Amino acid sequence: MEDLLREYLPIVIFLAVAVGLGLVLVLAAAVLAVRHPDPEKVSAYECGFNAFDDARMKFDVRFYLVSILFIIFDLEIAFLFPWAVAFKDVGMIGFWSMMVFLAVLTIGFAYEWKKGALEWE
Amino acid sequence: MYEFFTTTNLGIALTIVGQVLLIVVPLLVALAFLLYYDRKVWAAVQMRRGPNVVGAFGLLQSFADFLKYVLKEIVVPAGADKFVFFLAPMLSFVLAMVAWAVIPFNDRWVLADVNVAILFVFAVSSLEVYGVIMGGWASNSKYPFLGSLRSAAQMISYEVSIGLIIIGVIISTGSMNFGDIVRAQDGAGLFSWYWLPHFPMVFLFLISAMAETNRPPFDLPEAESELVAGYQVEYSSTPFLLFMIGEYVAIVLMCTLVSILFFGGWLSPIEAIPDGALWLILKIFFFFTIFAMVKAITPRYRYDQLMRIGWKVFLPLSLIWVVLVAFFAQYGAFWGTYARWTVGG
Repeated sequence: MEDLLREYLPIVIFLAVAVGLGLVLVLAAAVLAVRHPDPEKVSAYECGFNAFDDARMKFDVRFYLVSILFIIFDLEIAFLFPWAVAFKDVGMIGFWSMMVFLAVLTIGFAYEWKKGALEWE
Repeated sequence: MYEFFTTTNLGIALTIVGQVLLIVVPLLVALAFLLYYDRKVWAAVQMRRGPNVVGAFGLLQSFADFLKYVLKEIVVPAGADKFVFFLAPMLSFVLAMVAWAVIPFNDRWVLADVNVAILFVFAVSSLEVYGVIMGGWASNSKYPFLGSLRSAAQMISYEVSIGLIIIGVIISTGSMNFGDIVRAQDGAGLFSWYWLPHFPMVFLFLISAMAETNRPPFDLPEAESELVAGYQVEYSSTPFLLFMIGEYVAIVLMCTLVSILFFGGWLSPIEAIPDGALWLILKIFFFFTIFAMVKAITPRYRYDQLMRIGWKVFLPLSLIWVVLVAFFAQYGAFWGTYARWTVGG
């Protein structure tokens, strides 16, 4: 446990240094630069007219579909990581069970493809 | 004095802070010149001169730009969610930086020698998408919102294939530690590196890395001709600078990953010449040049083409490659090139 903490301590300190650096940069501009906000300047950017709606509108369902697909495949990759590291130890059973898993996944992928979930038109 | 820095808690913490600065400061200075170099390459391709006024040959251009960013007014849009608006660039910057904690620059020259180094980098670069989404959402403006949606979909699409390509390398090495991955490539110089056995994946990884970092020709989130600047439209001053530094640090990180995973990290290409950190720097520089050239030469992709390549070409190809590598490694094909566990494990 002690060793584990010792190993990850530099990452935590690195994180703190990076956060500090970012804060210094933002604060530097906040302190040094002038600030003269006026209604026109702080209005949302539009092409030549005033914005007439809230920008957080409904968006295309395809983005949602992509994120669902991403979750499936990223989860699969998360399964593959430990398997790949222990590749020499899992032996034939481990090897073939992962191949079966990948085959099932490929069938799912082929189905998605056939159903047109990957089309962007 | 030596004992203070190796035994007491405060001493150890101070040593680590020193080591962190030893990575961060050269990285940021190098970044300033890489930005300049990127612009120079771009200019040269278009037969322009590029930055040439500030300092000799314009070498100090990036520093002048930095000063200008710091002295500009921070404009916060009226409808913006203030906290998230400032959190987004911070997140982009911090996450891009922190991945460098596990990168080895030479044999044993690594700040945090963790076993799961590559998983850590993969996880951190996955989180980078949050900076973009939050930036676009918090601005409460239409262009940033559309840009961030596009960018999120694009980044996660290409992350899948990057993950699968990495799996192939891990199978060959039997370890997720960068040091082990590089040491597994040691041997007969140039030809024992992973680019040879994993040849097709080098290209897939490079292209995916460009898409993942929103680099041209895949810079659709900030497509100037349609979305003005995507999720960065409402940002000014140092928050914008943080986004930009984050983006470029991520690009250099991707160049480093290619060098380490496929091109032997700090190993020298010819056996007679000693290995060293200089080789890694040269390789990073080489791949950054490729990134800069691709930006200058290729036209931008259309969004549906981008998604088609990601899901219908890269994903199946990298999936098939993982299965192939697994078979090669399991049955010792090609004289064990795909199974270097004795060296790595």
